Amino acid sequence: MPYLFETEEHAALRANVRRFAAKHIAPYGFEWEETGDFPRELYSEAARAGVLGIGYPEAYGGTGGDLGHVLVASEEMILAGHSVGTTVGLGSHSIALPPILRFGSEAQRNEFVVPVLRGEKVSALAITEPGGGSDVAALATRARRDGDYYVVHGTKTFITSGCRADLVTTAVRTGGEGHGGISLLVIEKGTAGFTVSKRLRKTGWWASDTAELSFDECRVPVRNLLGEENQGFIAIMLNFITERLYLAGQCVAIGELAYRESMRYARDRRAFGRPIAGFQVLRHKLADMASALAAARALTGEVATRHLRGEVVTSLAAMAKNTASDMCSFVCDAAVQIHGGAGYMRETLVERLYRDARIYPIGGGTREIMNEVIAKLEGF
Amino acid sequence: MKILVPLKRVADPDNANKIKVTAGKIETTGLEWKPNPFDEYAVETALRLTEDAATPKARKGEVVVVSFGPKEVDTTLRSALATGADKAIRIDTTDDAIDGDLLARALKALVEKEKPDLVLLGKQQVEGDSNQVGQLLAEYLGWPQATFAGSIVSEADKSLVVSREVDGGSLKVRVTLPAVVSVDLRIVNPKGVQSVFTKAGHNYPEGVRFAALMAIMAAKKKPLTEVKLADLVSDPTLKVKTGAAELPPSRKAGIKVKTVQELVAKLKTEAKVL
Ligand SMILES: Cc1cc2nc3c(=O)[nH]c(=O)nc-3n(C[C@H](O)[C@H](O)[C@H](O)COP(=O)(O)OP(=O)(O)OC[C@H]3O[C@@H](n4cnc5c(N)ncnc54)[C@H](O)[C@@H]3O)c2cc1C
Repeated sequence: MPYLFETEEHAALRANVRRFAAKHIAPYGFEWEETGDFPRELYSEAARAGVLGIGYPEAYGGTGGDLGHVLVASEEMILAGHSVGTTVGLGSHSIALPPILRFGSEAQRNEFVVPVLRGEKVSALAITEPGGGSDVAALATRARRDGDYYVVHGTKTFITSGCRADLVTTAVRTGGEGHGGISLLVIEKGTAGFTVSKRLRKTGWWASDTAELSFDECRVPVRNLLGEENQGFIAIMLNFITERLYLAGQCVAIGELAYRESMRYARDRRAFGRPIAGFQVLRHKLADMASALAAARALTGEVATRHLRGEVVTSLAAMAKNTASDMCSFVCDAAVQIHGGAGYMRETLVERLYRDARIYPIGGGTREIMNEVIAKLEGF
Repeated sequence: MKILVPLKRVADPDNANKIKVTAGKIETTGLEWKPNPFDEYAVETALRLTEDAATPKARKGEVVVVSFGPKEVDTTLRSALATGADKAIRIDTTDDAIDGDLLARALKALVEKEKPDLVLLGKQQVEGDSNQVGQLLAEYLGWPQATFAGSIVSEADKSLVVSREVDGGSLKVRVTLPAVVSVDLRIVNPKGVQSVFTKAGHNYPEGVRFAALMAIMAAKKKPLTEVKLADLVSDPTLKVKTGAAELPPSRKAGIKVKTVQELVAKLKTEAKVL
């Protein structure tokens, strides 16, 4: 079922992304998830197919479109490509670039955004630190001004595409304590003092690399500062709104895929002389999965639509993320159950989706932090 | 060069198991549609022949796509426009009111109106697999034809050297334009097409191009006109009469044999193939 906001244009976009994912991801996705990497050329391949730039202005090499197009494209990439890790790795620019577009100068947009949308450079966003991720206002990576440079010192962790990122939109402390002392700097690979200190092993999203990054007296030119000094917190918070909607959309896509796989399996698999879909218990389980999925899709689509109309959806986006990630966890768990022993096996798609699902109540702000956001904005 | 490319939507062959037949008729509601793959290759070929690969947006010729069918077929035409075709024509009819011969006659009338230098078609559509429209059209027009093209080299857009895929190899023919050419899968190889603009050594990306979102949006503004079938052919009589459709029998479960000896015995006595 498509989102209610979709037009014929979205359908055409879906068809295009489906073709891309079926050709360039699906045949290799399983292997990439097992080996924990996908080839770098996929970025340029995606750029050439017009898939990488969806949602970005044509002036900077994007293909135009809005958040609705991004949701539809990433859903189709998951549905047809069967590799969530590849989709999120390929999509790390969706959190790294918006602050550059929104707060960067014309020169910065041309220097940083254009090569990423061309698939020549890989970008990442680094906010979380070993000392904490939820409490963004307490981040400890320091950036001390020294003439035309900031000298950055600290560690970032759990950074998506951090291993191969050529540029990292990094949250640093340029001022005093709290949210008023935070800035965003673009730190480029090759800058002395910037190293990838660890490649992290994780529960799911295996095809997507996740890294710990170290900055040891790393000298970053002042011209890489995005917007004004000490104004980074608002940029981070604005970025979270769209990130949470993207994550909700991924949950919808994963839920849809797990549901489809389960329906197929329940029809084919036989027990006690009939297809297991013949047991009412399983039919009801599938009905519950379909209902939860429809609800999460409806809310995600509605919040996306309100966002596109210009409404401030901070609280709604948090609700959509929690609703969709709860749905995704439930649906993937049920999908494994329907698959029985096969559902626990590494070669089964839903086994992987079950592991992929676990990140969603954590990344982009935890389930608890979403509720904090909602509670604060609802005023209780 | 102006190229006319007939294009058909077909039921997604990957979902063939969803097709239902009731009372001898195929039910088409709920089916997913896709452009016929060979027709997509024809569109790709036409685009390669009418552009400079270095600046594909500056069109150097015209590609007109045409499809026969109801309003929903517009979607298929729009997607061809999104990949770069310049204009589209839908000939309003339904699948059960046409056959290969009527299609060829209607296309002949359209060719006389549109005056293309080349008609490029897929070698066949994957639903009926009749493989006849191109051949009939060439005959009705009295134009030279080359079928199953695996590669095309344009000679100053006056003639084409077409390498035809035939049993055991390929056969090169030269056709003088205007002509009818039908294409096979290999035409979308990196070296499948050499237009007058293609630089020596240029490699096209393998396969059919993708349509970026901005092109999908722009496609909405490209001309798509509707023509009545009756405006092109006065005699709608079909040469092919469809009796009834039926699904192929579903495959029976296989059996497992324990030894090679048993296998050979069964192949001899039961399958009777040895
Ligand atoms: C696979 C993966 C990819 C990631 N990619 C990126 C990335 O690209 N860039 C990036 O910057 N970060 C990334 N992250 C980090 C992610 O955003 C953080 O893990 C997340 O924000 C939580 O921070 P934390 O891990 O430090 O947990 P903590 O903040 O230490 O929280 C621990 C627990 O305490 C709870 N908690 C904390 N505060 C409160 C409170 N006030 N009330 C109630 N409960 C509370 C949390 O909900 C959680 O359950 C990624 C993480 C993963 C796992």
